[in-house]
Parts: sequence; C-alpha cells; structure tokens
Amino acid sequence: MPDARVSPLLETSALTKEFRGFRAVSEVDLAVEQGTVHALVGPNGAGKTTLFNLLTGFLTPTSGTIRFDGRDITGQQPEQIAHLGVARSFQITSLFDQMSVVDHVELALASPTGLGYRFWRSAGQMRRFRERAMALLGEVGLADRAGAYAGSLAYGQKRALELALALALDPKLLLLDEPTAGMGLEDVDRTIALVKKVSAGRTVVFVDHNMHVVGSLADTVTVLQSGKVLAQGTYDQVRTDERVVTAYLGQAG
Amino acid sequence: MSAQLEQRVDVELPTEPSAVGRRPVVRWAMLVVGLIVTLALPWFVYPPVAMDIAAWALFAISVDLLLGYTGLLSFGHAAFWGTSAYTTGLIAINSGLPFPVAILGGAVVAMLLAVPIGYLSVRRTGIYFAMVTLAFAQMIYFIANQWRSVTGGENGLQGIPKNLGGLTDLVNSDSFYFYYAALPIILIGVFIAWRTVNSPFGRVLVAIRDNPARARALGYDVERYKIMAFVLSAGLAGLAGGVFAVSHGFASLQELIWTTSGKVVLITVLGGIGTLWGPVLGAALVVSLEDQLASSGFNGTGIITGAIFVVIVLAFRHGIWGTARNGINAWLRKRRQGARSD
Repeated sequence: MPDARVSPLLETSALTKEFRGFRAVSEVDLAVEQGTVHALVGPNGAGKTTLFNLLTGFLTPTSGTIRFDGRDITGQQPEQIAHLGVARSFQITSLFDQMSVVDHVELALASPTGLGYRFWRSAGQMRRFRERAMALLGEVGLADRAGAYAGSLAYGQKRALELALALALDPKLLLLDEPTAGMGLEDVDRTIALVKKVSAGRTVVFVDHNMHVVGSLADTVTVLQSGKVLAQGTYDQVRTDERVVTAYLGQAG
Repeated sequence: MSAQLEQRVDVELPTEPSAVGRRPVVRWAMLVVGLIVTLALPWFVYPPVAMDIAAWALFAISVDLLLGYTGLLSFGHAAFWGTSAYTTGLIAINSGLPFPVAILGGAVVAMLLAVPIGYLSVRRTGIYFAMVTLAFAQMIYFIANQWRSVTGGENGLQGIPKNLGGLTDLVNSDSFYFYYAALPIILIGVFIAWRTVNSPFGRVLVAIRDNPARARALGYDVERYKIMAFVLSAGLAGLAGGVFAVSHGFASLQELIWTTSGKVVLITVLGGIGTLWGPVLGAALVVSLEDQLASSGFNGTGIITGAIFVVIVLAFRHGIWGTARNGINAWLRKRRQGARSD
C-alpha cells in the first residue's frame, strides 16, 4: 500500500484523447494531491469536460494513463470508477425528472449495496436510506424540497441536488463540472460556501469559468488551452503567469 | 440546521399534488375493479377470445416493462412468445404433464433464449436495439420454419392437450372452464411485472430510462440491469405465449412472425406505455376489435387497427390510459384549486 501522502490521489500521465484527428486533450500530466481542491480552467474548447469524461470512464483515452488511489484505472467503465470512489456532477444538469428529490439521493445511496438488483422486493426497501438521504439534503439546503419532483426544482436547487448525489457516494474524489454555471451572484456565493463545506477532508477537482469561484476555492489551479496544460500552480501564481494572462485572463479582464 | 433535520426525518414528506394511481385508495379501487372485470370476462365475451385478451395483455405488459420502464423498444418479442408456445406444446404433447408445468417450461426456455439475445442487443439503443432484436427474432422464425421434424414447419404443432390432473375432463369440456384454469398463470405474470416495477430494481430501471449516463455515474451497471429486465420480460412473454398455445391447442409460425412483434408493440403503445394498465386496455381493445371484424367477414383487419393506431398516436401521445389519467389528474387539480379559492 503506497503512502497516500507521497503519491497523489489522482495522477494522469500523457493523457490524450483524439476525435478523428482532432486532439481534444493532449498529453496532459495532472497530479491532484490528497485533500486538496484543484481547479481546471481554460477557455471554451480547452478540453476540460473531455478531461472529466476521461477521468470518469465516459470516454476511453487514445493514449496515456490514469492512476487513482494507487491503481491504474485507464479504460475502466464509469460504474466501476464510481465504485472505486470517484463521484462526478454533470455540466448540464442531469437528473431523473420523474423522480422525487429524496428518491434521487436514496438511489445514489443504494448503489453500492446491490439492493437495486432485488426485483422481488418492495420499493419501500429504499426507505432504509431515508435518514441518511435527508441528512445529505439538509447539508446542501434541500431538506424542504425532499418530496418534490426533480423536474420542478429551480436551477440552483438542481445544482445542489447534483452535489448531494455526488456526496451520497461518499467519494474519495469529487469531480464537479461547472458547479456554478448559469447561476446568479447570490447562488454562486451559496455554492462556494457549500463546496467549501463539503470539500473539508475530501479531494475535489472542479471546472469553472468564474475566476471568483476559482480564487475562493482552489488550492491549486491547472490552466488548459487547446487540450494542453498551459500553466499549473496556486491561484496567485497562475493569475500572474504571462502566458495565462494573454491566453485567458487577459480576454476576461 | 441539524435539529431541524432530525425533526424532518420521520415526518411524512410533502409531495407533489397527488395523482391518480399514486393514492393508495385509488390504486386499490382500480385493482378490485380490474379483478372483477377479469373474472367476469368470459360471461360477456366468447371465452376463447377472453383468453386471447388475457394472454395478449400479459404479452403487452412484458413489452411495457422494457419500453415503458427501461426505455428499450424490442421489435422481436415474438421470439419469446413463439418459442414458449412451441416449447409448451412439445412438453405437453410428449410428456403429458399438466399444462401449467408445460407453460412454465416454455417460459424458462424463453428466458434462456433471452440471455444471449439480451446480452448482444442491449449495447445498442433506440432504433438499433429494435433492429437487432428484430434480426434475432427473424432468425428464430427461420429456424422454426426449417426444423420441420420438431416444429411441424408450416403446419405448426397440432393437438396440444389441456392436461390438468383430475380436472382434465372439465377443462376440456368447455373453454369457459379453461379460462379460469389458465387465468392464475396470467395473474401471476401480471403480479411479477407489478412487483418488478415497484421494486428497488424498478427504480433503477426508471433511472436508466430517464438518464443512463447519470445512472452509470452513480455506480449502476446499466447493461446488466438492461439484460436482467430483458430476460424478465422474455419470461413474461413466455408465460403469455404458453397460455395462448394451450388455449388454441396448437402453435404455429404465426406466433414467431415479425407482425406478431409489431402487434404487441402496437397494443402497448395504444394502451399507454409505462402504466401496466395501458397494455391491458390495449389488448382488450385490439383483440376484441379483430375478433369482431373477423367474424363479420371483413378481410382488411389490419387497415382498421392500423388507422386507429395512427389516430391514437397522433391525438393521444400517451396512449389511451395515459391520456385518460392525465385528463383526470388535470380535472382533479382544477377542482382542488377551485375549492381552495372558495
């Protein structure tokens, strides 16, 4: 068992994904230390979401490797990676519209137990997860919407539910794809506080365009451009990096 | 926040405006009415036709389990209905065992057949899944057509007996009695479907239907769930096909042909997918209509059922049952709001 403090929790080496000759992700070396919050930033089309999809098994890399928690997970299926302790939220809010909020969380909590295969048991069995589900909903501020259909939630609430689902898997690594996308200022601040709270003692990698969010949350930042790593370091290091300023921050500022 | 939380845990959760089929009272009432109608059916309908309705209803429910609850359109379900029809017939003819045992054997063989077919088709979705299942069903049809020594080829399998121990003479004397002897098999099949839909497994299926990528990210092995649903569905189609074969006393290639796969999808969509009640209603409608048209000497049954299908699908997207349910719900909501504002 390798010492977790020495080797990073998540490590990619020369990770590459090509789509018909187009390199969406190109030889990315990424190291995420245990217990840190790591931001991926970069302009649209920089390969952030593709990288996320590679890390969670939704895409298979063209070349390169991904190591998580001391083992090679390159080419594993999404559900296997989820079971190893990697949970993700989706950029486009992606929920089961016909299901109630609390049912969502119960479904996530039931996933590692194998209860889902029991077609001969009553769905009432899912209630054994209710207490834990309500606690999680309380954590993200959705306790009073537990009985509502996910389809009827406001946008910010949907994002909060996304977060609750990811947390329900009690992941070692939490991947958040644009947790504040499309939010108003108030919701952004609430989400920052929320992510701060849940990231205590966890390792988090997130993508966000909002520099305010990145600055408030991230211990380390990786800047991507055209699928390549442009710069890596702390927020202040990256912010003052000349290449970054011209490539990305310069446009934004 | 945590104090507020603890209070909430055991409290009945606030829910969306209650809907028909969600309130237990309504659900039980529907179940009782459904059972009474099912039990009374051979008094009003020619018993063999009543039996056909029951068999097609379970067959359509098996399709609904995939189409309505898992999001998979199988266009080859005749393979399981027909394979079970032949297997049931062969067991009944060659062993003399009671017909429920033969039907069970047919259903088991249908499920075994569904394992490889399911394994190879669930990787595809949408129209590709439909095409792959159709291709496998055509293969089974071809084999049955060629394997004359076992299936009787174009003549089919004749003289399937209705054995039932000491009740054999009674069951054979009148199809009225056979209806009640075979109905429990259909009801067990419907119960299995209902149980499955309302189980933790059913929850996962709905999640997969609505958002497969999300289900995978939560750690659910989507393909495995789909294969399980496919095999379960094939078992139900097998029970239905076995009852149908024993009821008619023969199994023919008609049971395996692609139009049978099409008809059961039509019945399911017509009645309303994702409801279980819808397929029952669809079966009652289509089977009795076909019977009426056939006995009136009309030859273009397909034109009538096809035209009705087009109209229903265009006008009522959720099928007859789904549309009726939505209508009643809207009316109930309006009435409740009216009562509140008074």
